[in-house]
This record gives sequence, C-alpha cells and structure tokens, in this order.
Amino acid sequence: MKRIQALIIALLLVAGPAFAAQEQPKRPVQQDEFVPVSGPTNPQETIPAQTLVGIAYGFIWVLLFGYVWSVRTRLGRVEREMESVSRRIAPGK
Amino acid sequence: MKAFARAVWIVTRKDILIETRTREILLTTVFFALACVLVFAFGFVKEGRPMEDVAAGILWIAIAFSGTLALGRAFERERQGETLRALLIAPIDRPALYLGKLLGILILLAAVEILIVPLVALMFQAALFDHALLMIGLLAAGTVGFAAVGTLFAAMLVRARSRDVMLPVLLYPITVPVIIGGVRGTAALLAPTADLAMARLWLSMLVFFDVVFITLALWTFEPVMTE
Amino acid sequence: MNKFFVPITVIAAAMFAYAPFMILNAPYEATMGLVQKIFYFHAACGMAMFLAAFVSGIGSAMFLFTKKPSADRMAVAGAELTVIIGLIVLVTGPLWARKAWGVWWQWDARLTSTLVMWMIFNAYLLLRRYGGPGSEKLAAAVALFGMANVPFVYWSVNVWRTLHPKTSVIPSLQPGMRGPFWFCVVAFLLVTTAILMLRTELEKRRQQLDELYLMAEES
Repeated sequence: MKRIQALIIALLLVAGPAFAAQEQPKRPVQQDEFVPVSGPTNPQETIPAQTLVGIAYGFIWVLLFGYVWSVRTRLGRVEREMESVSRRIAPGK
Repeated sequence: MKAFARAVWIVTRKDILIETRTREILLTTVFFALACVLVFAFGFVKEGRPMEDVAAGILWIAIAFSGTLALGRAFERERQGETLRALLIAPIDRPALYLGKLLGILILLAAVEILIVPLVALMFQAALFDHALLMIGLLAAGTVGFAAVGTLFAAMLVRARSRDVMLPVLLYPITVPVIIGGVRGTAALLAPTADLAMARLWLSMLVFFDVVFITLALWTFEPVMTE
Repeated sequence: MNKFFVPITVIAAAMFAYAPFMILNAPYEATMGLVQKIFYFHAACGMAMFLAAFVSGIGSAMFLFTKKPSADRMAVAGAELTVIIGLIVLVTGPLWARKAWGVWWQWDARLTSTLVMWMIFNAYLLLRRYGGPGSEKLAAAVALFGMANVPFVYWSVNVWRTLHPKTSVIPSLQPGMRGPFWFCVVAFLLVTTAILMLRTELEKRRQQLDELYLMAEES
C-alpha cells in the first residue's frame, strides 16, 4: 500500500510540472492596428552600399554641373542684354 | 574714455526713459514670453505632467523668441520716430551708440527674464534656483550673446525690406551656439544630480561666444550703418 | 575674364574627371568597405566649403571697409558656393553615415555647426535677394559671422566627443588612400576657384549692364 502511495505521489510530482509547462498555448493576439514587421534589426544591413555611394556621387555631379550650367546661362543672358542695350546707346550718341 | 561711457549712458537712458513711460515693449514682450511658455507647455505635457528635461529648452526658446520680438519693436520705434538718423548724426562714436542700444535691450530682457524664469520653474517643476549664481551667470551670458548679435542686425535691418522676417532668419542661425550653450548649461543644472562642472564649462563657452560676437558687432556696426 | 580662368578650369575639369578612377583603385577601408569611398569627395568638399566661406567673409570685410564693388562680387560668389558645396557635404555625409553609424543624422558638434554655418550663408543669400536696396552691406556683416564659424566647425570635432571622425584621421591615412585623397582635395579647390571666377564674372557683367541701362536712360 505504501509503495503504491509513494508511486502515485511520485507520478503526481512529475505530472504537475509537465502540465504546468503545457498550460500556456500561444493564442494569436487579435490585431486591431497595423504592427510593422520587425525586420533586420541592424539598420546597417538594409540599404546596399553601392546605392549610397551611387547616390552620393550622382548628387555631387548633378549639383555641380547644374550650378555651372545655371551660371553660364545667366551669363549668356546678361551678355545678350548688354549687346542690345549698347546698340540702343550707340546710334543715339 | 569717460566721454565714451557718458555717450553710452545717454543712449541707454533715453531708451529706459521712453520705456518706463509707455511700458509698451516690456508688457507686450512679457506677455508674449508667457504665451510662448504656455504653448510649449501644452506641446510637451504628458498626462498633466511636463515631460522631463523640457524646462531648459522651453526657457531658452521663450527668451530667444521674445528677445527677437523686443529687438524688432525697439528699432521699429526708432524707425517710426525717424530718430535713428538723428542718432547717427549725433557727435558720438558709433560703438557708443551700439553699446548704448545693447545695454537698453539687455535691461529690457533682464526684466522679462526676472518674470519668466520663476514662471518656468513653477510650471515645469524645475529646480532653477538651486544653483542661483550659476543660473544667473548662464542667463546673463546667453542673453548678452543673443542681444549683441540681435542689436547689430536689428539696427542694420531698420531700413531694409522684409525686415520683420529677415531678423529671425538672420539671427537664429548665428545665435544657435548661444542657445545651445544656454540650454545645455541649464539642463546640466536641472539634472537629478546637478552637473556643476558641465554647467561651468558651458558658461565659459557662452562667455567666449559673447566676446567674439561683441567684437565682431563693434567692428562692423559703423560701416554697416553708414550710407 | 581673369587670364588664369581657362587654365584653371581645364586642369580642374581634368582632375575632377580622373578622380573617380583613382577612387575606384584606392584600397577598401577595413570596417566600412565600399561606402567609405564617399570620403574622398565628402572631405574634399568640406575643405572647398571652408575656402568658399573664407572668400565670402574676406570679400565682405573688404567691401565693408573699402567699399570696392569687386570685393562685394567676391562675397556673393563665395556665399553661393558655400551654400552649394555645403549642400553636397550635408547630403553625402548622411549617405555615408547611414551605413557607417546606422543613423542618417546626429546632433553632434561637427554636424550641428556645419548645418548652422550653411544656414548662415543661406540667410546671406536671402537677405541680398529680398532685403531691398542697400542689402549688400548688411549681408556683408552676416557673412563675417559666417566666416567666424569656420574655425569653430573645423575644431569642433577635436574639442568635443563626436561620432564624426577627428581631423587626425587625415594625417594618419593609409598610403594607398593618401594619393586619391589629396588629389581630390586639389581637384575640388581648383573647381571651387574656377566656379568662383565664373560667378564673379557674372556679377561684374550684371553691374556693367546696370551701368549701361543708366547710360541709355541719360542719352
């Protein structure tokens, strides 16, 4: 009798934690708002280096050439205006 | 030297006299600073309590904004009365004129700050008076730096177009170092364990900026104000 | 036009065109890899920006005290170039920082002071454009404050603890990187000089045009 009691108590002692471990099945939480994916947590992995280098150098070329082009266009316009105004003065003198 | 000091005092005294009689700029600036603090308070309050560490920033932003307003108003008064030309013709050194105007603005801003600083301390539960001497030092050095640049630009913009918007556009980028120094110094004092060494460091930076700005302003005031 | 303009432009253009090849052949940096190659143009542009700011500041000081129009032309050309090259620095830096530091921007001493200096010269241009007559002199005072920022921006990275590399990185560059780097620096300084000359020429022509209009009105 005592051995059966001991066996039952031993089984209960083992079964208890086993049940406890099973007790939390993962229930999906109902989403009522948009939860963004937690993607690669290392932000350094998201944009490739080539893109960044390409954009950087591209930007530099575009800006510098754009500025030089704008200065030269304005210069041409001013010179043309100067010619037209001097033509106005020359016959008048 | 004495004549110079006297000239500075005459210019300052004129501004103080006018201001004590009308109190226009003082009152409007104080109420503007108050409104500023309120707006920021609503912006940064969470669950009825202010967010931590905002007091320093709000204080200095209020000083910067109301300082800009006061500068604009002070020189607008000169423009409307056409007294600026009279001042420029007067037989005083231009630097004396600049310093006189600067001193007037400083007294005005000091009056505003005497009212605003306790208010911020109250509304944001910030221990601004625990290290009163350092706090006053930071306020003084920061205000001097801000006003030094502000007086120069406000004076030179008197005859410019779009002067109302030009003053902040010019003033804020140049005085950012002063504001940063003031905010970081004040924040160091308001930290849970006040970082006195840090506050003193920022104070010395502010003094350095003050010297540079006042020197540059004194140097450029005359050529810039002459036709 | 200045007699040095054509030779400087030719050399500058040639160096600028050749620079990418030198950069491609330069060794890769150990930790940052490909993205570090932005450094060659980014740091060179930084130096070019300082040059442009100095030109503007010195021109402004000369204009305030000697009232020479040529000084004012130098001032406005320098300011425009400071804004353009400053924009290059402020865009290429974050593009590099995204990979190297993980963030686009940090409010550390170097980045903040560079942004502030850039904004001061923007304010200069706004004042000249919208300030009405006589704003050239007022803007000159602004440019002086802007120029006073340059040493501050340069030393900020040595005085404060910042994410941005210190100035001591330059003398201690690996041998393979030194060549391309200094080549790019010279290239950009020459490019800046050439564009400054072009821009001052534009300003000079504009003033001549104004004089012609006055003459036309009188006759």
